[in-house]
Amino acid sequence: MSLVDVRRLSPQAIVSALFRLRELGIFVALAATVLFFSIRADNFATVSNWQDIATDVSMVVVVAVGQTMVVLTRNIDLSVGSVVGLSAFVSSNTLAHHHDMPLIVIALIAMAIGLACGIGNGLLVAVGKVPAIIATLATLSIYRGILFEVTQGDFVFASQLPSNFLDFAAKTPAGLPNLAWIALAVALVGAAILRWASWARDFYAIGSNPDAARFAGIPVTRRVLTAFAISGTLAGLGGFMFAARFASVDAIAGRNFEFDVVTAVVIGGVNVFGGSGSVLGAVLGAVLVATIQNGFTLLRISEFWKIFFDGVAIVAAVTIDALITQRIQELLRRKRRAEIVGQERGAET
Amino acid sequence: MSAAPRPTPQPLVELRGISKSYGGVQAIADVSLEIRPGTVHALVGENGAGKSTLVKILMGVVHPDEGDVIVDGEVHRIGDAMTAYKLGLVAMYQEPAIFQDLSVAENVYAGRRPSTRLHTVDWRVMKRESSRILDELGVDFGPDTPVRGLGVADRQLLEIAKALSANARLLVMDEPTAALSPNEVENLFAVVGRLRDRGVAILFISHRLEEVAAIADVVTILRDGRHVETRAASALSQDEIVRLMVGRSLDALFPKEEAEIGEVVFEAEGLGRRGVFSGVSFELRRGEIVGLAGFVGAGRTEVARAIFGIDKLDRGRIKVGGRRFRPRSPRAALRRGIAYLPEDRLQQGLVQPMSVAKNTSMAVLPRLTPGGILQPWRERRLARRFMEQLRIKATSPAQPVSGLSGGNQQKVVLSKWLAAEPKILILDEPTHGVDVGTKADVHRTISTLAAQGLTILLISSELPEILGMSDRVLVMSEGRLVAELPRSEATQERVIRAAAGMREEAA
Repeated sequence: MSLVDVRRLSPQAIVSALFRLRELGIFVALAATVLFFSIRADNFATVSNWQDIATDVSMVVVVAVGQTMVVLTRNIDLSVGSVVGLSAFVSSNTLAHHHDMPLIVIALIAMAIGLACGIGNGLLVAVGKVPAIIATLATLSIYRGILFEVTQGDFVFASQLPSNFLDFAAKTPAGLPNLAWIALAVALVGAAILRWASWARDFYAIGSNPDAARFAGIPVTRRVLTAFAISGTLAGLGGFMFAARFASVDAIAGRNFEFDVVTAVVIGGVNVFGGSGSVLGAVLGAVLVATIQNGFTLLRISEFWKIFFDGVAIVAAVTIDALITQRIQELLRRKRRAEIVGQERGAET
Repeated sequence: MSAAPRPTPQPLVELRGISKSYGGVQAIADVSLEIRPGTVHALVGENGAGKSTLVKILMGVVHPDEGDVIVDGEVHRIGDAMTAYKLGLVAMYQEPAIFQDLSVAENVYAGRRPSTRLHTVDWRVMKRESSRILDELGVDFGPDTPVRGLGVADRQLLEIAKALSANARLLVMDEPTAALSPNEVENLFAVVGRLRDRGVAILFISHRLEEVAAIADVVTILRDGRHVETRAASALSQDEIVRLMVGRSLDALFPKEEAEIGEVVFEAEGLGRRGVFSGVSFELRRGEIVGLAGFVGAGRTEVARAIFGIDKLDRGRIKVGGRRFRPRSPRAALRRGIAYLPEDRLQQGLVQPMSVAKNTSMAVLPRLTPGGILQPWRERRLARRFMEQLRIKATSPAQPVSGLSGGNQQKVVLSKWLAAEPKILILDEPTHGVDVGTKADVHRTISTLAAQGLTILLISSELPEILGMSDRVLVMSEGRLVAELPRSEATQERVIRAAAGMREEAA
């Protein structure tokens, strides 16, 4: 009996160790990056700079949690940048005209706009069967177009906004900026949902094998729609955070933001072909990207090189991911072969 | 593994007078069948005898035109897969529906995860219960093992675990041993035996009659969509099963022309592809039609694909016209005069909106474009030649192929390959899914081509076609060439026996 237990534990132990290693890899990269910039950039290792990084990264984290869910289902949401812009403008513009509105209501307005956009994406992909990359590329333009129409060339300026909103992003209760607290909460809730909610476990099944998922009686259409709705809602929340952080919103707000989000998710080891990945990975990916960008700014390295290194990081992350997956499979195979040989020996004696 | 069928008061599932036809083709005609709990019920028959249609009806994937499905003594309309599932009717397919990225436990409970009172996933129950089932099956992987690392045999056991956790009462196993090693088969059969002892009914479909003899309590034989016989396995010898499976005379007429068979033009020696086929050696002669028979999955298509350079060969050597040939790519194969028509050629082989002439010339355009300028009259002349030779019914070479009948489209594909002037033509199921008239046309064409000196390797699952057309029949079984029979000695029974992996009795 104990023999059986050992055999059962060991391959599983190896694999879980390697899965942890997958996130550990990003951790190591992050530590190396921090070390490098601490040495090279004078003002990198300061509390205020880390608060800056935390504020920068929190928007990406919030939207990346939603993106992770969409990518798990073997889809992608490219429209998030436009959703951030649209919800940022509408919510801050509302506030500019109604100074006495509680901020929570403003945040809910932003999220409601995001939810509507997300449902639009979900309907196109899950019901309309338009490939996600095409559907959300289209809505990326459509939502941005709506934003242009809504703004009519207007801006929302800091001077139009009430002071409690302007203070919101600057406050750092317990040393962490408000926006980072939001991001932390979203990440924790997102991770818990992916682990404990039955409907969210279905995301993994759908991304892993869509046909088998349908066959197993999983309501695939509804689940994919849900994933897009969550991604949209979180992009809406991201829009609220955008307005709070920059206090100035125009028609190009959040442009190219989808690039940061997808980069974070991919570097975080979420498989773009669906089925595997975690919120923790996506968060670490976002932090890594934000840290590199921050360090480059401090070192006064040109914008070109920042973009260049984003690209390099993606290639590196995907390559490492592939290598790890391959290694896991090899290990399991070797393990099994050893087991079979062991069994046959046992049978002979 | 020889428990006698226990008498049980009531069949679990009863099929009564089931008929089903697909667009005029009768797949199942008036089949009645009883499946009792605690028995292994084997279903055997040639390809196309109606086994899969019957399974699909049981699983609610296909609806019968006539007849009733009775479960627990009540007539049920099994409208969809979910209904079948709820009745405890579960099928295990050859390609298991599995989530690679999830753990074994989550796969066992796919689509019906247990939840706690808080509506969260109950991992504890899920692991405990799947662990219990895995123990019962005596498998050596645990609930937390990721499926990605499991082999084919383990995945099948996982499918069984899934069925058990869903309280399956009838488990349909369609060729479950096709990809297993002998040890794994033994292991699987042990599990099947345990299931039977627990009262589960098993509908076991296999081409390997030895396995049927080893595991089945009851055997039902289907032929041409009709029920032939149901008998206790102990009362049926393998030879009798074969006789009942075949049971018909060669009634279809094949216009086989006598062709002069010439020198050896193709030699294959010890061809092998790891895990797919091995030790395949044969010769083809000029003007000869050689049939390649065997059950689906025996490796026939795979051999053809390797010769044509689509898949890599791991072993063996090929000589074409006495010279060494290494099949690196289809292009290389065509250059040496080998052409291959894949099974789904209608989709792959034709550009529907384009004309007969354009489709015909597609593979040989460089030859028709001296100096880089396409000369349409050369195209038309080429197309006319084949329209005449193959009797293609088209108004002119300019007619789009989308306007032609299926049979004539088939002939256009054929002319496309013939335009490349091959010496050896490999045809993979050339008459699969065509009507009888077209079939005869295609057969006539094949025969004529051979008479003109073309060498033809004919892959077909239809025995009458193989026997009627071939000068020589090669039989494959489980990746090996198991028999080579001259026309005079090739009978349905001998071919089936060889294909089913039975040894020739010493005559």
